[in-house]
Amino acid sequence: MIFIILLIIMAVLLLAAAVYSIVHRDLLFAVMGTGIVSVVLSLFFYLLQAPDVALTEAAIGIALTTIIFIITIRNTTRDEDEIIDKENEKL
Amino acid sequence: MKNVFIIILLVVIGYFLANTFADIPFGENRIGDIESSETVAGYYLSNTVEKSKVANVITAIVVNYRGLDTLGEVTVLFLASTGLASILYRRKEEEEDVERLNLPSSRIMRTGVRVLFPSIVLLGIYVFIHGHLTPGGGFQGGTIVATGFLLMLISYKGFNTNHNRMVWIESLAGLSFVGIGIWGLLSGNTFLENSTNVGVLNSLISGGLIPIIYIVVGFKVAVELTGILDILLKIKPKK
Repeated sequence: MIFIILLIIMAVLLLAAAVYSIVHRDLLFAVMGTGIVSVVLSLFFYLLQAPDVALTEAAIGIALTTIIFIITIRNTTRDEDEIIDKENEKL
Repeated sequence: MKNVFIIILLVVIGYFLANTFADIPFGENRIGDIESSETVAGYYLSNTVEKSKVANVITAIVVNYRGLDTLGEVTVLFLASTGLASILYRRKEEEEDVERLNLPSSRIMRTGVRVLFPSIVLLGIYVFIHGHLTPGGGFQGGTIVATGFLLMLISYKGFNTNHNRMVWIESLAGLSFVGIGIWGLLSGNTFLENSTNVGVLNSLISGGLIPIIYIVVGFKVAVELTGILDILLKIKPKK
């Protein structure tokens, strides 16, 4: 019973972090949202007895994907509104 | 004209996809009874441990039964890193003014990384050497090693990866994976066939060729991901 409640709380947290990363205009915060999704997902895999997948998710999802997104943001721009403004100027 | 061609192509693809999916019954239990060894899953679960003496059945499925798929995955990663390198890598003449843009990393960060780096790399190597005994394997271990190198790359300016050596390790690892597969053909079996000399269950040297393949995959993944991160960190931002 406690296990199921824990899973439900984690699922809600997962969805909330995913929605946060879609909605937020600051891309750095959005990347942090995807990082939280990966943390919770990795915990999910571990609790549902798939430790191999949990290790993969932890190493690739939390560390590498996040860092590659952050490097990309540093080399481009951090604000999503800026990109939209530039697109509108072109039109 | 171009649009007409695209629409025709989509219709053809859609027709064959719909035909294929129409044959698959929806929502039925197609795996069957896992306990009986009639089904594929049941066969793997009941025969792997006795036959190939691998404690972690997932590893045996990934490397032995589905070895060709793993070779394909390694090839995909290799192509991704080659593509990235061919777009972003700078030539040697310019290398003098190319340096990683270091965020001014603090002394706490640098000291912490110096302590953490050996233990992270050791953990990664442990994970891929023990892939047939404990959860994890070549891909996971290789990624953990690459994470350790990432920490060094972002906190020390003087830390550089040796590109020639990395290319050698990667090529040797890829070639030995294919070589192990061809060795199976030469000994009169199928491609990537496991050797019959499988050792004792639950010991480090067991499972025949499975640990060797996972060590090779671990080296290859670690080198490729480190190379990708190194190239990405050398891009100059447009300011």
